[in-house]
Amino acid sequence: MAITMTLNGKAVSVDVPQNMPLLWVLRDELEMCGTKFGCGIGQCGACTVHQDGQPIRSCLTPVASVAGKKITTIEGLSPEGAHALQKAWMELDVPQCGYCQAGQLMSAAALLAKNSNPTDADIENAMDGNLCRCGTYIRIKKAVHLAVRMLNGSSPSEANNNE
Amino acid sequence: MNSRRFFLRVSLLSGGAMLIGGHEALAQPPQRGQAKPLDPNAFVKIAPDGVVTLTGKNPEMGQGIKTALPMILAEELDLDWKMVRVVQGDLDEVKFGSQSAGGSRSTPNNWDLLRRVGATARLMLVQAAANEWNVPVAECSTELGKVYHKASGKSVAYGEIAAKASALPMPNPDQVKPKESKDYKIIGKSMPTIDLPAMVTGKPIYSIDFKLPGMLFAVYEKCPVFGGKAVSANLDEIRKMPRVTHAFIVEGNGDVSSLASGVAIVAEKWWYANEARKKLRVVWEEGPTVTHTSVGYNAKAAELFNAKPAFAIRKDGDPEAVIASAAKKVDVKYTFPFISHAQLEPGNCAARYVDGKLEVWAPSQTPGRGLQMAALALSLKPADITIHQLRTGGGFGRRLANDYLVEASWIAKQIPNTPIKLLWTREDDMRHDFYRPGGYQHMRGAVDDKGNITAWHDHFVSFGEGEKFVPSSNISPGEFPANFLQNFAVEATLIPTAVPTGPLRAPRSNSLAWVIHSFIDELAYAAGKDPVQFRLNLLGEPRMVGKGMESYDAARMRAVLEKAAEVSGWGKRKLPKGTGLGVGFHYSHSGYFAEVAEVSVDAQKRVKVNKVWAVGDVGSEIIHPSSAKNQVEGAIIDGLSEMMNQEITIDKGHTVQSNYHQHQMVRMKQAPPEIEVHFVKSKNSPTGLGEPPLPPLLPAVANAIFAASGIRVRTLPMAKEGFKWA
Ligand code: FES
Ligand code: FES
Repeated sequence: MAITMTLNGKAVSVDVPQNMPLLWVLRDELEMCGTKFGCGIGQCGACTVHQDGQPIRSCLTPVASVAGKKITTIEGLSPEGAHALQKAWMELDVPQCGYCQAGQLMSAAALLAKNSNPTDADIENAMDGNLCRCGTYIRIKKAVHLAVRMLNGSSPSEANNNE
Repeated sequence: MNSRRFFLRVSLLSGGAMLIGGHEALAQPPQRGQAKPLDPNAFVKIAPDGVVTLTGKNPEMGQGIKTALPMILAEELDLDWKMVRVVQGDLDEVKFGSQSAGGSRSTPNNWDLLRRVGATARLMLVQAAANEWNVPVAECSTELGKVYHKASGKSVAYGEIAAKASALPMPNPDQVKPKESKDYKIIGKSMPTIDLPAMVTGKPIYSIDFKLPGMLFAVYEKCPVFGGKAVSANLDEIRKMPRVTHAFIVEGNGDVSSLASGVAIVAEKWWYANEARKKLRVVWEEGPTVTHTSVGYNAKAAELFNAKPAFAIRKDGDPEAVIASAAKKVDVKYTFPFISHAQLEPGNCAARYVDGKLEVWAPSQTPGRGLQMAALALSLKPADITIHQLRTGGGFGRRLANDYLVEASWIAKQIPNTPIKLLWTREDDMRHDFYRPGGYQHMRGAVDDKGNITAWHDHFVSFGEGEKFVPSSNISPGEFPANFLQNFAVEATLIPTAVPTGPLRAPRSNSLAWVIHSFIDELAYAAGKDPVQFRLNLLGEPRMVGKGMESYDAARMRAVLEKAAEVSGWGKRKLPKGTGLGVGFHYSHSGYFAEVAEVSVDAQKRVKVNKVWAVGDVGSEIIHPSSAKNQVEGAIIDGLSEMMNQEITIDKGHTVQSNYHQHQMVRMKQAPPEIEVHFVKSKNSPTGLGEPPLPPLLPAVANAIFAASGIRVRTLPMAKEGFKWA
């Protein structure tokens, strides 16, 4: 039976087993490979997407459970990289291998959507489920703060220099 | 010594593009494997529209080499970075020279060559323009991809002159002078990292994302016991599972680093193959390794410490006699575990076998070796194999091995004319790694009243057979402080193991530096000396110590140690109770690093790393400062993960841990809020940064824990001694 969801603003139907995790629906049925597979058990956060604005681990989410829900993936954050977080990530040259970063960005985006001025502790708590094997945590935290300044009207480089 | 020579070639492509390629070789080529004539289609292409395409020839795995190497070329060519495109080169070591990445060698291996390629191309472009304008070359200059003749106000873009330049004879190599560092405009600036926009928008740039039309997807279940074999399985049942297309036993070739025995399940999509695997029942012939356990290894090590070492690795003077009669001595044992690479992208590889020819898309750090291994395992001629390099989600040494490549190639050969993609689960990846080997060190030493180390004896119980260490488990006879002490011995006894081992970021150094600098710290306290002063005293006069492979620049190490002490306020700051500073240094992979950690420890052994200061000397230039700093920060956080929680244990011949919950890495809230990085620039060619910042972190933190709490960390991971993150 087909399952329908709103994916990055568009209605999408897939005809797959109910228990297929959303991660594999995205990657292999819909050919959207931005969402990453790291552990498959909810430990690493590489597969983070939004369900109705909340960050979820798509590797543990049976596709049937998102029927009728709004799903946003990294491809839907801003395809041109125009989201403040994406700009901040580029300004601060955050990634190393980059493999975790889609998940990091999605967790950070969900945080900023509900907390427009997070403290270090807020960021650490919101990002606790996202591992970075390359150890880019210090830059990720800085980039979230930078994105906040950009959302308040500074250009990326101004906001960066004001730090 | 055999000096190096450069072979460059320039040619014209149809459409008027200029191609410049080059390679570096020994002046007297080795007898075997003579290099074929250079294919010019390497490194740089200057198109008439001004777009310059540079080939990033080394595998990119997060170390930034896909950006750093092109920057060297762009600098010498005076390119406009906006007009530069970087493409990943396929494996072709005849064309490109060595394409492996590992051991922090990518930068030093390419520094001189790329500068010469760039400078030669620039000179030819200038010559072409000077010929056009009928002016002397010396009056022309270059900037942002154009040649200028300032006196007449003329200028021409590289693209417009490229065709003419490629027709010129190659300049005399003596005329080609790479730039001096004071004139650098690109090297030393943090140019936008290649692929950064693709990374933050989720573009499918990683190996795991690579797909071809009609591709089938495979899982591969290996015998949990290392070296075991698949005898039979319920293949008929598996083949009936939804969307499964193939299921078969792979006998393997007896070499787990090439093709371990197992069962392959192939399906239309990966998830179906993995679902079918849940129903898989295999009869294994487990083999002799089934008796191996970590408990057994530990017991064996304890027993061996009571016996004389089996063999000497190095013996200078008579440390035994000095220790026997010394007034102040230290006698302690250190233990460190096996650990896994745990790079975030699990092993995967794509392959297609058509008419006796194999094409592979691989995330390998050593694609050249992978090609040879696949040729051997599949009985193919190397010439019939093509390898494309894909960007990978972290290496850390795991992708120096090519087991995923051989497995994918084998499976593809069973299903000809069909592209297949093998993807491991995290559990496969963690349970079938080439682990950083564990080890045991019984350290004894003595100090005199003046704070000199008078004797050093290390009985290293490691893994191997007889006197042959398993990969990455040895200690070199020149390891510090060899050559700095008159009475110095390292002896060893080896425990046989069938657990696969291999290099992990800063191999050997990642465990040895912790033991060596923790022990030096113990000796400093025994002598009643300040740990930094004690180490400076040990390093002695700024000079070269040791010869050949063992040479160690005491001046460079002193410089980074003194700087680390200065920037961290060593001995100058009053710290609250329960907070302490610790120091460590280490020379590895041509880099000198000293680090200081400030750590707080409470009564419940909860540890908070407040700050780390890292000072490194990796030569005269930091090519990409932003990525350099990122590498150092990452190495430090990686070191913290290794210290606290990571351990692989063996039970009944297989790995117990399966996923990140059992082999934990540091999360954001446990990472130090601040890491301060400094570089001391010395007059040495630039060397790599992926590895040398890691080793000193472990002793710096362990020594800070001692300063803060009075507790010596002699067992890793520290969680085993009751420590945890605050
Ligand atoms: S892949 Fe989902 S949390 Fe790791
Ligand atoms: S950048 Fe490599 S895992 Fe985060």
